[in-house]
Amino acid sequence: MPSESASPTLSWNLARDLGEVLEYHFMVNALLAGSVVAVMAGLVGWLMVLRRQAFAGHTLSMMAFPGASGASLVGIPAAWGYFAFCGAGALAIGRLSGRGRGTSPEQGARIGAVQATALALGFLFVSLYGGVLGDLESLLFGNILAISDGQLLLLAAVAFAVLATLGALARPLLFASVDPDVAGARGVPVRLLSGGFLLLLAVAVAATSQITGPLLVFALLVAPPATAQLITVRPAVSLLLSVLLGLMIVWLGMGIAYFSVYPAGFFISAIAFAVYLLVRIAVGLRGRSASARGAADARPAEARA
Amino acid sequence: MLSHEFMRNALLAGSFVALACGMCGWFVVLRGQVFAGDALSHVAFPGALAAAAAGVDQRVGLFAATVAVGGGIGLLGRGVLVARGGGGGGSTPADDTAIGIVFTFILGLGLFFLTLFSIGSAGGAGIQAAHTLFGSIFGLGAGEARLAAMIGLAIVLLVLLIGRPLLFATLAPEVAAARGVPTRMLGVGFLALVGMVAAEATQAVGALLLLGLLAAPAAAAHRVTGRPFAGVLLAGAFAVGAMVAGLMLAYAVPWLPPSTAVIAVAMAIYGVSAIRS
Repeated sequence: MPSESASPTLSWNLARDLGEVLEYHFMVNALLAGSVVAVMAGLVGWLMVLRRQAFAGHTLSMMAFPGASGASLVGIPAAWGYFAFCGAGALAIGRLSGRGRGTSPEQGARIGAVQATALALGFLFVSLYGGVLGDLESLLFGNILAISDGQLLLLAAVAFAVLATLGALARPLLFASVDPDVAGARGVPVRLLSGGFLLLLAVAVAATSQITGPLLVFALLVAPPATAQLITVRPAVSLLLSVLLGLMIVWLGMGIAYFSVYPAGFFISAIAFAVYLLVRIAVGLRGRSASARGAADARPAEARA
Repeated sequence: MLSHEFMRNALLAGSFVALACGMCGWFVVLRGQVFAGDALSHVAFPGALAAAAAGVDQRVGLFAATVAVGGGIGLLGRGVLVARGGGGGGSTPADDTAIGIVFTFILGLGLFFLTLFSIGSAGGAGIQAAHTLFGSIFGLGAGEARLAAMIGLAIVLLVLLIGRPLLFATLAPEVAAARGVPTRMLGVGFLALVGMVAAEATQAVGALLLLGLLAAPAAAAHRVTGRPFAGVLLAGAFAVGAMVAGLMLAYAVPWLPPSTAVIAVAMAIYGVSAIRS
């Protein structure tokens, strides 16, 4: 929704269109920020999907709401609130969910309890702030077209830190995610890694929230990795694919949003969903035809995803 | 306190909404479908906004969206179960990813409708969105409150009706299927029912806070007793208690929004049950 530009129109000369988009500083910032987020979410989200912590990730993304409203109540920059609440949420989930991964019934209920508490707090902050929710839309859905240079720098620094930590922890974390029991027996600190990963996820979510908004963080955190893991089970290829898909989705979504009155968040989530759906159908068809030929080797890939 | 009409309406509607939430929630927690319930509560938001954008009554949009998505998640989960050779009765982890992707897309649609709506009518969109997200229980009229109570009662009766086969199908899906219980249909039907609960509760505590009423009283009941029907009743009682106490608290403390107060009491109940056991 570039309100300050005189209604952009899409000519079918793509090079000229791209040039027009890049003339605006806010669009350059938005594209850069979107790319950083796509890379970070693609990598962190890949592990999240592998560890089956989608619900925890979603709950962490909801932490951004009390974070932002609490920060505006106290009068500090919103980013501090995001990081504080996401970090606290990660600690709470890590403490409550105990050993093991996946979603045991009680564990799901506990994560749900954390989320409901956070949202109730957020609503309390909003109503204490004055009761007028004029800015609700940008609080919930972010405003990618209003990224300042400072925010972009902060985001890049956070992304660098997250990816460096992830790189350092990659091998034991992958081991602990794929087979926690064996990893634990080999002396890998599974619990510590689990808590550490949640914190990492929280930081990534907090940084992403300012771009896509807490409700749509998930589009980038879960859809590209899930799609990549549907396509291949080989970790390195799948990770790369996840990042590339994320980048493609963000660029395409923002490109379309520039020429339309509807917000980028909608296009990003819609494209991410469409890509996942197409791949899932394709994989399903391939699995069916493979099993019809009597080859059962496509089954594990499908069941894994 | 009871001399105020808005308080009477809130207590009437709230109690039945809470009863439905608590009793349904007990099964949701047992089946490990808290994330699905969460997704349904978020779906209520785009549903209401779509109805607002189309100019129909928001309840129509609410119920249509949540029941449709509830059934859809049930069917999707069924597909996954078939692919995995018909495993357990609850949600599988693969479900969680699919749920996450589907409801993110639907939230994206919500954003679309919010924009559509705010282009159409300047101003009202933000307030409408806030009411959908956080509920406006003190703003219910007498007719709306009676309707909400009746729908809540209907949900409670439905839960009691399918309670026994649903319990059977959840705890021993293979045995139940062998005995002729339609486990898959029950699974889909149950999620559609949760969708109704979500739509119903959205009007009272709002789409974002429904989860607290669905999960916390039920989790507390699971902690207190392992017996099924005592658990269902206890979950309902906890939820109603949280609702009534929360509403009174919000009445007494002017700066406290009712939704926050209700969730706070529900969390306190869960906290006490977690410490004691």
